Amino acid sequence: MMDSLRRIAAVAGKELRHLRRDELSRAMILGIPLVMTLLFGYAINHDVRHLPAAVVDQAETSGSRLLLAKIQASRVVDIVERFDSVDALEAALAQGRISVGIFVPADFERRVSRRDRSIAQLLIDGSDPVVQSVAKSLQLLPMIEGSGSSQQASTAGFELRVYYNPERRSPVFIVPGLTGVILNLTMVLFTAVAIVRERERGNMELLITTPIGGLELMIGKILPYMVIGYLQASVIMALGVWLFDVPIAGSLLDFAVGVGLFIIATLSLGLMISTFATNQFQAFQMTFMTFLPQMLLSGFMFPFEGMPIPAQWLAELFPLTHFLRIVRGIVLREADLLLLWQDVWPLIVFFLIFLTAATVRFQKRLD
Amino acid sequence: MSAPPSGELAIEALGLSRHFGALKAVDGLDLRVPKACIYGFLGPNGCGKSTTIRMLCGLLTPTAGTARVLGCQVPEDAEALRRKLGYMTQRFSLYEDLTVLENLNFLGSAYSLRGAELRKRIEAQLNRFDLTERADQICGTMSGGQRQRLALAAATLHEPELLFLDEPTSAVDPESRRDFWDHLFEMVDQGTTILVSTHFMDEAERCHRLAILNQGRLVADGVPDDLMQNVGATVVQIESEVSRTVRNVILELDEVWHVAQLGNRLHALVRPDLGDPVAMLEARIAGVDDGAQVQIINANLEDVFVMATEGAPDDG
Repeated sequence: MMDSLRRIAAVAGKELRHLRRDELSRAMILGIPLVMTLLFGYAINHDVRHLPAAVVDQAETSGSRLLLAKIQASRVVDIVERFDSVDALEAALAQGRISVGIFVPADFERRVSRRDRSIAQLLIDGSDPVVQSVAKSLQLLPMIEGSGSSQQASTAGFELRVYYNPERRSPVFIVPGLTGVILNLTMVLFTAVAIVRERERGNMELLITTPIGGLELMIGKILPYMVIGYLQASVIMALGVWLFDVPIAGSLLDFAVGVGLFIIATLSLGLMISTFATNQFQAFQMTFMTFLPQMLLSGFMFPFEGMPIPAQWLAELFPLTHFLRIVRGIVLREADLLLLWQDVWPLIVFFLIFLTAATVRFQKRLD
Repeated sequence: MSAPPSGELAIEALGLSRHFGALKAVDGLDLRVPKACIYGFLGPNGCGKSTTIRMLCGLLTPTAGTARVLGCQVPEDAEALRRKLGYMTQRFSLYEDLTVLENLNFLGSAYSLRGAELRKRIEAQLNRFDLTERADQICGTMSGGQRQRLALAAATLHEPELLFLDEPTSAVDPESRRDFWDHLFEMVDQGTTILVSTHFMDEAERCHRLAILNQGRLVADGVPDDLMQNVGATVVQIESEVSRTVRNVILELDEVWHVAQLGNRLHALVRPDLGDPVAMLEARIAGVDDGAQVQIINANLEDVFVMATEGAPDDG
């Protein structure tokens, strides 16, 4: 037993030394979380503002001027031009001079008082989904003074000609999920090449003549990367808290345990990949084959509930799906692990399956 | 073949075979390797030396046959053997991105050495193999000879009873090779059994016993001197200014099986049952080069090798 622990420690120590010498791996440890968190955080934080807009105001009442002033004040659009006809508005839209056209009909006041029809129309350059989503936020502007800016009152306001309904996202929602996505990529990559590299560089023949056992080798290769996984998760969450004001509602301990389970599940997935791949390039390919579907179907990119049922079933087989629920539960909804148990146990099962498969597949033979 | 050597056996293999698809890499090999000696595997590339060593280490499962190594059945009991075996692979298999010391530390720990004992042994190995000044050098930056010394230091760090060396001197200069063999003899004195594969004749000659492999089969084995004395052919040396022409002429004789050229000298393997092979050859050369010097000489291992691998034409 003690010998076994020592052999595991020997493998882990050796792995750390490889890491210390490998600049690319070292760069991956901090570089990927930094770059990806900043990219995702800012790209999504970047609420689109100052879209060029033009107005056709056929009403020309105080009410319509108030509406336009509010739209201008929202800073979502800059009203840069005024036209007399809808045709001119459409032409400007087609030319790309403006992204948003605002049409206030002559009977604006009557529409406002009756509330049976849209009070005005937004013409939107729908070729860019981001613009569409921004237009939707315009739709929510509190429209009428004294109405308590209730949603109902304002949604009755505009009619949108291009319908697009993106999930309302923000760094608060994105960053916790990002820990999962980044860990999923880096952890699997680290271990996917771990065994295959020994084979490729000709170290395997020596390694398997030592008394180091298969399971000892696997655990020894997982341990150092666990530390790195925690380091990455910390970097991502720290950036999230400092730069994007992500509040961590739940307990840090629960968060750490959840991250730990996900880390060992992904590391052992990488090890399993490593026993299938014959060279490092194949290991990379396989890693991305597991990464892309997880990224798309786990609920990180698109809302889980919006996916077809078979896709949802498939997604249940991904560690990332469960981890996203855990981490969002803890960080955003102050849930604890007990409450999230239905997503905790699958991670443990994944870990055991992957590790067993890797150990069984790893033979101390060359046949 | 020669009589089984007296004393205990480190390796005993019967009918050991390994096929890769249609290729019979090793075919029905019988081996008896006595303890505390250097046993050589001599043969051309692809003759099955490495495959045999890997089977004996328990790294490859034999297609047929059995092998007992230090009393353990391989590959079944291979794990129990690990601590008693040292294996120096043909290709440098230590970590090139680690230093000498880091590699030795890792391997020592893998063999459950630790603390003062590990430090003491590493220090001794560094000393013995002249690597002390290179302790902190990254292995990838070392020369062939240095790597080879490190590989041997690593393979013997845990003081194995049986050491497998797969073409250990292929990538090193002659001086390093001599030093290397000094180390091997030193280890044998301490009771280690060494099985070494090579394709160098001079190295094979240094072995206590030798097995010659060709196309996966054992074609000769025994003490090098015995093998040379019982080569199964008369070896005749011919010195001639026109050795190339002489070679072509004597090869026409059925009694001449094989001729190798070494500068102006020819090395002819001739039927052993001839009354006077010198006279026969002189008669044939007459008119081609009357000044040629013809004499019978002792066989060397190369002759043994040629006879073992190509055999007498009469054999088929």
